[in-house]
Amino acid sequence: MLIDVAHFTPGLSLTGGLIIGVAAAVFVLSNGRIAGISGIVGGLLSLPRNDIGWRLAFVAGLAGAPVIAALLGKPAQVDIEANWSIVLVAGFLVGLGTRYASGCTSGHGVCGLSRGSLRSLVATLTFMAAGFLTVFVQRHLIGG
Amino acid sequence: MAILTALLSGLIFGLGLMVSGMSNPAKVLGFLDIAGSWDPSLAFVMVGAIVVASLAFFIARRRKRSLLGLPVQLPTSTAITPRLILGSAAFGIGWGLAGFCPGPALVALGAGYPKAIGFVAAMVAGMAVFELVERAKAGMQRA
Repeated sequence: MLIDVAHFTPGLSLTGGLIIGVAAAVFVLSNGRIAGISGIVGGLLSLPRNDIGWRLAFVAGLAGAPVIAALLGKPAQVDIEANWSIVLVAGFLVGLGTRYASGCTSGHGVCGLSRGSLRSLVATLTFMAAGFLTVFVQRHLIGG
Repeated sequence: MAILTALLSGLIFGLGLMVSGMSNPAKVLGFLDIAGSWDPSLAFVMVGAIVVASLAFFIARRRKRSLLGLPVQLPTSTAITPRLILGSAAFGIGWGLAGFCPGPALVALGAGYPKAIGFVAAMVAGMAVFELVERAKAGMQRA
């Protein structure tokens, strides 16, 4: 196993993680809910259509973060290697999969593991394994 | 007030994703590429987030109402079902293909990247298919 030392950012990643933890903490302590992003977005589509307000507000906060960061002189770094058709297929799988799984990296990964949920641990191990495998196939079997 | 705290939580969450590197698909794919030149940084994101959030859930679990007086609604399901596994697997494949999960995709959408907008549109379409299938199933059960 080779470690990519040039891109390794343990300090920043840990700091970012702590900030994400603060966000989940603020949300559960004030709104009484899990900061699970697929659930928050998916709930906008489900019936009966209630709590649209806070759901949209949370999404607006997420999408507003890079705008505020850019105003502070720190624009978001986003490098998308995938081509358009991959992007669309991936988006569809992420939307469908997270709804069937009742959660994504935030709901199962951050919040579920913080609650000590075995169900969330199984979900997290499954999507991570699928992610590792997909990148392996794409970069080393097909692309290699 | 609940709308304001939701906005604030989303904002802090988004900034955390940016600082951590999670909102950059290239960084995510570098983390998922164990067989290549591996960048393990994103494991630290999970550690940091869980340290703080577990404290908050420890407190929240003991309360019926939040600080704003709203009901504390934590997930109650513990069932490990084929649906959970297959859904998570489909999600992981999508995550590995593009390097985006839902939160970072919304951050990149806010930053104005056309492909992030396309990803979110496709993601919402996937969620809509779930809604329609589930509604059709519920309809058939009633009939």
